[in-house]
Amino acid sequence: MSESFDLLIVGVGGQGTVLASNIIGESCLIEKRSVRSAETHGMAQRGGSVETHIRIDGKYGSLISPGTADLIISFDLLEALRYSHFLKKGGKIISSSGIIVPVSAFQQNLEIPTPEELIERMSGFDLTVIDAEKIAGEAGSLLSQNVVMLGASASALPLKVESMTEAVQSLVPPKTVEINTRAFEYGFKAAQNNIS
Amino acid sequence: MSERYLLGNEAIGRACLEANLDFASGYPGTPSSEIVDFLRYQKEREFYVEWSVNEKVAFENALGAAWTGVRSLVTMKHVGLNVAADPLMTSGYTGIKGGMVIVSSDDPYAHSSQNEQDSRNYAAFAKVPCLDPGDIQEAYSMMVSAYDLSEESGLPVIFRPTTRICHSKSNVSVGESGQEHRTAAFEKDPKQFVVIPVHTRVLHKKLNEKQKGLAERLVEMGFNRAEVRGKTAVVAAGISASYVEEIIPDDVSFAKIGAYPIDEEWLGEFAGKHEKILVVEELSPVVENVLRQVSCGAEVFGKKNGCVPYEGELDPASVALAFEKAGFEHKYEYTVPEPVRDLPPRPPILCAGCGHRAAFYAMKKVFGSKAIYPSDIGCYTLGIQLGTVDTTICMGASITVGSGIASAGEENDVVCSIGDSTFLHTGINGLINAAYNGANITVVILDNRITAMTGHQPNPNTGMTAKGVLSPSISLETLCRSCGVSFVETIDPYDLTGTLKMFEKAKAKKGVKVIIARQPCVIDAKRSGIKRKPVTVDAEICTGCGLCVKFGCPAIEFTDKKASVNSLCMGCGVCADICPAGAIRPEGKR
Repeated sequence: MSESFDLLIVGVGGQGTVLASNIIGESCLIEKRSVRSAETHGMAQRGGSVETHIRIDGKYGSLISPGTADLIISFDLLEALRYSHFLKKGGKIISSSGIIVPVSAFQQNLEIPTPEELIERMSGFDLTVIDAEKIAGEAGSLLSQNVVMLGASASALPLKVESMTEAVQSLVPPKTVEINTRAFEYGFKAAQNNIS
Repeated sequence: MSERYLLGNEAIGRACLEANLDFASGYPGTPSSEIVDFLRYQKEREFYVEWSVNEKVAFENALGAAWTGVRSLVTMKHVGLNVAADPLMTSGYTGIKGGMVIVSSDDPYAHSSQNEQDSRNYAAFAKVPCLDPGDIQEAYSMMVSAYDLSEESGLPVIFRPTTRICHSKSNVSVGESGQEHRTAAFEKDPKQFVVIPVHTRVLHKKLNEKQKGLAERLVEMGFNRAEVRGKTAVVAAGISASYVEEIIPDDVSFAKIGAYPIDEEWLGEFAGKHEKILVVEELSPVVENVLRQVSCGAEVFGKKNGCVPYEGELDPASVALAFEKAGFEHKYEYTVPEPVRDLPPRPPILCAGCGHRAAFYAMKKVFGSKAIYPSDIGCYTLGIQLGTVDTTICMGASITVGSGIASAGEENDVVCSIGDSTFLHTGINGLINAAYNGANITVVILDNRITAMTGHQPNPNTGMTAKGVLSPSISLETLCRSCGVSFVETIDPYDLTGTLKMFEKAKAKKGVKVIIARQPCVIDAKRSGIKRKPVTVDAEICTGCGLCVKFGCPAIEFTDKKASVNSLCMGCGVCADICPAGAIRPEGKR
């Protein structure tokens, strides 16, 4: 409905959602497109649930209203379901297959849904699940999972793969450029295989 | 000019560079902290920058600097302005020589705050101008202009971004850093700078006389602007304007309020051209109150007739709902889907290996669940999940609230917790008072040597300034003793046995007891290269009692009735001391 492509990146504090958002933002600058984003800071960084709203071609506020997002990229299956009400009808979710079990679940003896249950509950959406941990390991570092997820999402984003690759290379720590470039490529390929 | 992808707070910091900033002070507080952080990380710095011990101190430093003719900045969050309210109220009277901008970042929805107060009220109270940006690009340009406005009016200017400006990013066109720095020179003028009653009465009149011209000037400067497009109108303030602009139809008039005081004549003229007006703003009905006074004839919709909420943050969908309630049409149809409700919550928690968790655990074990636990503002407020946070009101209040509870006659033990930065902020006065008046409390200073919650800003306890220059680290022990406390002991919270013993010792004594629980913040320790081997669990020995999981460390998991340790483990080894079966082994404990 709106003129922008609205994307939510969600996960657990510490998983690298902010760097992922910076890469998307930088890709927009490379393509000379306007972009707005809103991110979680402060309290929520301490292992809490975090969300970043990104509006590619956005010209107004940075907040995405529930029920209007075009795409959710999630670094955790549980968080994917938690934020799924943000998706518009026909929207897409690309999630990592991993789950970080919240401490609250152990402390309060709450039932922890299995990956299969979570995937089942999101069956109404266009869902792609990526084993980001395994792919990041193959790329050379478990820390590159956020870039794997961006690679996996590249074909669902209205951005050129070249500008995203350029943005990855300019924003990750210099020593890790090679690993992250590989992580992006592997993620991209994994999503292609998953869809076909 | 160049195009950058910037956080709102970075844009505000960059604007200060273009405006030839000479002096910056502040106290960290979400969502304001990254402004001074941005400034202190500048490699080439031609201005002074400091993290102050509290907002009143930061404010008075910046005011003094502005009195010498240089351009100054002071930053804080909305509740920090309460601490600095005393000098603020008189700063309009004395005015300034060089430009002075007070950034007070508001937090609608209290994302990380104890309340949702609206700094625009403080601006009206203190009779100083207030700028309220609607997006990041505007935050940048307004911030540059704020210094000109301040010098032109001779008044400090409150700059009030909200969380959604501070912690949003967008492409921003930024200018070059200025090169025209000034030299400080204080010219004595007691009639301006000494507020004895005979001077104050004159200064107050002058301040009042400035108001009308100021309001007109804010329209001239384009901060308050309006466009007539039809018989109905929407008036929006600050960030709300961007939500309105997204959904407003082309034939509805629009006025954007970005600065206060509002020129009533100008707003009245706009209102007079319309039959129906909707006012959209977050928190207080500041614009609505003015509009209702000047809009003779037009029907006004806003907070007072239930169209716009008084609390929380707006977004395009909630603004669309306000349009519907007021009978206005809007561009997009929003359906508000229900979030999934039955998922395990994931609130923020103390980090794996955080020394605070160990201190809280020992505290609870010794003093029990009947003891009263007043606490304070910082990471350690998350101790609520461990049952050791019974009260939190504002910075420094754990010791004062605690001594109040104890001195009122409460018979259970009172154990206050306060962080090192918070103690230096406004805890000291409370400790002096408690010792002086003979309160019966235990005060635990959770000393992680940094202001961690807001992003690891240094404080006088850290041994380093905002500029990265080494400075003497304060002695909390000596300080507490000089406040009049004779029981001052320091413990390592990773040493569970020693910590338990010290709490027992404090419990047995009357009077004010201070225990300093010292262990550097784990995030900081990791960054500075301190490595400890993670603990391991022997599944054969683990009885599945679950005590380790109750400890609440995110590094301990529990599957198939057995404990296990994940990759988050920092090797503090406290869980090994807790495990009654001896199944957890501290592989490389210190």
